[in-house]
Amino acid sequence: MAALRRNERARLTGLLSPGLAWVLLFFALPLLIIVLYSFLAPGRFGGVEWATTTKNYLTLFTSSVYLNAYWRSIVISVLTTLITVLLAYPMALFIVQRSRRWRTILLFLVLLPFWTNFLVRTYAWMIILNENGVLNMALRSIGLPPQKILYTEWATLFGLVYGELPFMVLPIYTSLDRFDFRLLEASADLGADRWRSFLRVMLPLTMPGVVAGSVLVFIPTIGQFVVSELLGGAKVDYIGNLLQRLFLRSNPPNWPLGSAMAVVVMLILTMIIVLYFRGTTEDDR
Amino acid sequence: MSDPETTPDVRPVYKAPGLEERGISWRTWLLGAEAALMYVYLFAPIVVLVIFSFTSDPFGIRWTGFTLNWYAKLLSNTRLIDATIHTLTVATLSTLVATVLGTMLALAMERYRFRGRSATDTLLYLPIVIPEIVLAVALLSFFAFAFNLAESLFGIHMQQGMATVVIAHVTFSVAFVVVTVRTSLRGFDQRLEEAAMDLGASRFQTFRRVTFPLILPGIIGGALLAFTLSLDDFIISLFVAGPGTLLLPVEVYNRVKRSVTPEINAISTLMLLFSMALVGLSQLVQRQKR
Repeated sequence: MAALRRNERARLTGLLSPGLAWVLLFFALPLLIIVLYSFLAPGRFGGVEWATTTKNYLTLFTSSVYLNAYWRSIVISVLTTLITVLLAYPMALFIVQRSRRWRTILLFLVLLPFWTNFLVRTYAWMIILNENGVLNMALRSIGLPPQKILYTEWATLFGLVYGELPFMVLPIYTSLDRFDFRLLEASADLGADRWRSFLRVMLPLTMPGVVAGSVLVFIPTIGQFVVSELLGGAKVDYIGNLLQRLFLRSNPPNWPLGSAMAVVVMLILTMIIVLYFRGTTEDDR
Repeated sequence: MSDPETTPDVRPVYKAPGLEERGISWRTWLLGAEAALMYVYLFAPIVVLVIFSFTSDPFGIRWTGFTLNWYAKLLSNTRLIDATIHTLTVATLSTLVATVLGTMLALAMERYRFRGRSATDTLLYLPIVIPEIVLAVALLSFFAFAFNLAESLFGIHMQQGMATVVIAHVTFSVAFVVVTVRTSLRGFDQRLEEAAMDLGASRFQTFRRVTFPLILPGIIGGALLAFTLSLDDFIISLFVAGPGTLLLPVEVYNRVKRSVTPEINAISTLMLLFSMALVGLSQLVQRQKR
């Protein structure tokens, strides 16, 4: 019996240790290293100087460049999240009401663009939104004045919403799929009108899907820099753009400051995720 | 997976007669119009990209006639061909490693209860929820740190290249393999394993002949996901690839930032076709599972 248990133990260790070692070495350790770097000084030609300092964090919280970048990133991520909720909810509701066969097809179509390179799809929006692009050709042909959309913050928002939409549709669909539509009937019987039924019955019960989708959309948006660079024309700095610059492009690069920036992003997200879990467990109760 | 033939669809309750009069019909046509618009939104760039890869317009943004010129140009562009080979090599290697590690982790997590299991669980899911750029700068810092250490301790000189990209890609795709394989293990009837062992199969034989074939669709699904993620990854590759390792998404990004040419439309269309073929393949595998 003891031999069997020892065998099981060895088997578990054999299965677990290679993967766990990998994740600890190449995921956990790198995160610890940027925490370490964030308390060091920048080297003269890039890299780090081994002298501890809190100057990086001080710079982040006093310099308007960085504060603005954080503020802008949070604003555009919140906007992106809100807009995707507004667009995805009715779409998920439409899909969930189809027959089983159609639901499969419609969900597959939502996922399909996700399987093609995001960079490439963002680039395609450049072709469409370009001053002489498809959109303005269409506008001109129906007699409307052409619009300058590409290289504005609106284009960034547009591209972000585009890229994140599938990640909002799927969780909302999942919670709508579990929703018992007879509850709407019951609420109507009890005298609620359509909006009341929606706001008081359907929305609260499908809230976990909305919250899950919001987390899925908010997190990648806060660190984005490709969309704002390609569609927004890199006119405004977001966290992602500054990170890219501090690590790769500035001469000399400033890794400690960049590390501090990344650490603060992680802290903000940790706070949000803790709030999220607190919210969902209360819902489940 | 339940069989659609035998499981009746039991939820058209909201279409019950009388609902309309009581004012809780969800105005299906309005929802339908919104959904249709969203599908146009999702697919517009893909359609435009394919069409404009055939235009003779040198800027690739107007329709001025049909040409295959841009595809022909790709064939002689050694830089792009090199980048494609690098990208496919990295994707293949990282998929292999991530699939093996991820499957082992999934088996350990689903089959065993052990101390620190929930902490391990959190650690394994974290790479999915962390913003890509944070992981990118962390890995860049880590490699610099490790290479400095190796240089000063052992005098070994190392630099970023294909290996660092493979390591980075394995790191972010393992989590996705774990999730996919765990899902297929959860729908798995463990009595089949017990039956095999009762009939005299050894642990290994049971795994090879019973468990493995049954969870294979899940493993293939995870592998295809890892492969696609690696092919598509741009942010992490930008940070960890050495100057000598040119990857396709990075090259596309560099070109797109400089100018818009139909040559990029053409390579994008090819990448798109390739991704679609992978999706088709994964669908085929899923269907065979039933």
